[in-house]
Amino acid sequence: MGFTTDSAPPRAVVPGGGPTAPPAADPLAGLTVVPARHPWRWAAVAAVLVLCAQFAHGLVTNPVWEWEVFLSYVLSETIVEAVGVTLQLVAFATVLGFLLGALLAFMRLSRSPVLRTVAWTYVWIFRSIPMIVQLVFWFNLGALYRELGVGVPFGPVLWSVDSNDLIGTMGAALIGLSLHQAAYAAEIVRGGVLAVDGGQLEAAAALGIPRTRQIRRIVLPQAMRAILPTAGNEVVGLLKGTSVVYVMAIGELFYQVQVVYGRNGRVIPLLMVATAWYVFLTSLLSIAQYYLERRFARGADRTPPPTPLQRVRRFARTLRAAGADPLARDSHGRPGGTP
Amino acid sequence: MNDSVKTPEPQAGQAGAAGARRVMLDVRGVRKSFGALEVLRGVDLSVRAGEVTVVLGPSGSGKSTLLRTINHLEKVDQGWISVDGELVGYRRRGDRLHELKEKDVLRQRTRIGFVFQNFNLFPHLTVLENLIEAPVSALRRPRKDAVAAAERLLGRVGLADKADAYPRQLSGGQQQRVAIARALALEPKVLLFDEPTSALDPELVGEVLDVIKDLARTGTTMVVVTHEIGFAREAADRVVFMDDGVVVEQGPPSEVLDHPRHPRTRAFLSKVL
Repeated sequence: MGFTTDSAPPRAVVPGGGPTAPPAADPLAGLTVVPARHPWRWAAVAAVLVLCAQFAHGLVTNPVWEWEVFLSYVLSETIVEAVGVTLQLVAFATVLGFLLGALLAFMRLSRSPVLRTVAWTYVWIFRSIPMIVQLVFWFNLGALYRELGVGVPFGPVLWSVDSNDLIGTMGAALIGLSLHQAAYAAEIVRGGVLAVDGGQLEAAAALGIPRTRQIRRIVLPQAMRAILPTAGNEVVGLLKGTSVVYVMAIGELFYQVQVVYGRNGRVIPLLMVATAWYVFLTSLLSIAQYYLERRFARGADRTPPPTPLQRVRRFARTLRAAGADPLARDSHGRPGGTP
Repeated sequence: MNDSVKTPEPQAGQAGAAGARRVMLDVRGVRKSFGALEVLRGVDLSVRAGEVTVVLGPSGSGKSTLLRTINHLEKVDQGWISVDGELVGYRRRGDRLHELKEKDVLRQRTRIGFVFQNFNLFPHLTVLENLIEAPVSALRRPRKDAVAAAERLLGRVGLADKADAYPRQLSGGQQQRVAIARALALEPKVLLFDEPTSALDPELVGEVLDVIKDLARTGTTMVVVTHEIGFAREAADRVVFMDDGVVVEQGPPSEVLDHPRHPRTRAFLSKVL
């Protein structure tokens, strides 16, 4: 009721804005509006800036960081190769983990109690075992099953192979990471599917769209909106989780860094090398996640928000326009386009 | 007030002409329970080709459930339903009824259009993609033909310029018109409407009803569950009044709406009119 024009108290005229009510009826017309002051906010900003400056100063001046050692190793062949191994582990474990996870998710959502129970049991077991324990298990698979074969269940074996030959260290690591990841991925995908409105499946069924197509074309694209933020978390977690496979002596980033500082004793700069690479790779993943989320948000907003790149371009355009025509700048008050 | 709009047209399915037409939808002795609650308690209904049937009744009377059994979104417990002579959800071999596999049920549903109360458009697809999805994936139509047909249908519901819009960019009335076009894209034999205007703002109801009335004039066989008595009076060949899981009374709108015989029909009409 405070916003109705007839009974509300007269409003102050906003400076710069045109008068909306007849000036004669407005006793507050023409008064200056003083914005509220926040002195403590400024004090907090100053304190935080001082702390940041101190930290930056320490990074530059403290000789223990040994930046020249950092620089000589960060792009060295050994380290770049190790990054490649880390990326392989992440890529394969992500793809295999999410494929198996999606399968498990749909098993848990199926009408068959057997499939539901199997999927539930899988998730229960693989979420219960710490990844490092599982990795060492797979590493020792040869002790558990010396040979792996294909044949009639409980009957004769038609073809078999030595399990250590088949799997190897890298294979064991990939299996361990993928199976671990699948348990989490299953729950993430299931959550995403449950988040899709039930009317969507009903409409697809009423239109006679084939079952697999209902999932692929109608349900999954909508589920992706709920899946992607958590899945992004998982992939980033996996990227850092690959550092655990150093226990299997696989030459990934963290293992290789340890090998180097074990040889030369420059622990801190080499840890910084690993840190820098992990931060860099996580940043790439975050950017990819941003654009993927944007893509799957199609149709969700009436007008999609601009990407950071579009924002920068728009800002540049306003600056250019303002430079060419100072009047344009005046009429808007200030150059727009700030995010 | 608008009775004059319904002029006698040869294909409009007037009582005399409809008498000679074949039965398009046949519902016989259908019963359906949800747990202990029996929602349908022996429903019989017969709709001839080109006929418009409006189903009225208080909420909880089983109207929507009846509609959902017709395209097998709900299985019946007893009785049977056939569309253009084909049993829905079952195949008869000798004296046995074999339950159809999901694949065959889906094929049957392409012949039974369904329009939902909440539209249920696919929000991540454009209007055009919504329309061509089922013709391309379920009927294996060539994409080009499906697009051409979809554009024609969008013109028919007055939304030719919205082909590339996403559903959320449209008003409720526009969304429901897209949903009707989407159902029509499969060229169904029967079109079912489940309270098509109940989720709309009052000022948007008219545009949706106009589209449905237009379909009625061109001889589409339709069953419409609605609370719009005015629409029933104007567009229906037959009005069916349901209460408590049974058909209480049915007949031409002039009889059921103006001279109801059953006290329950009278009580309902006195509340909504």
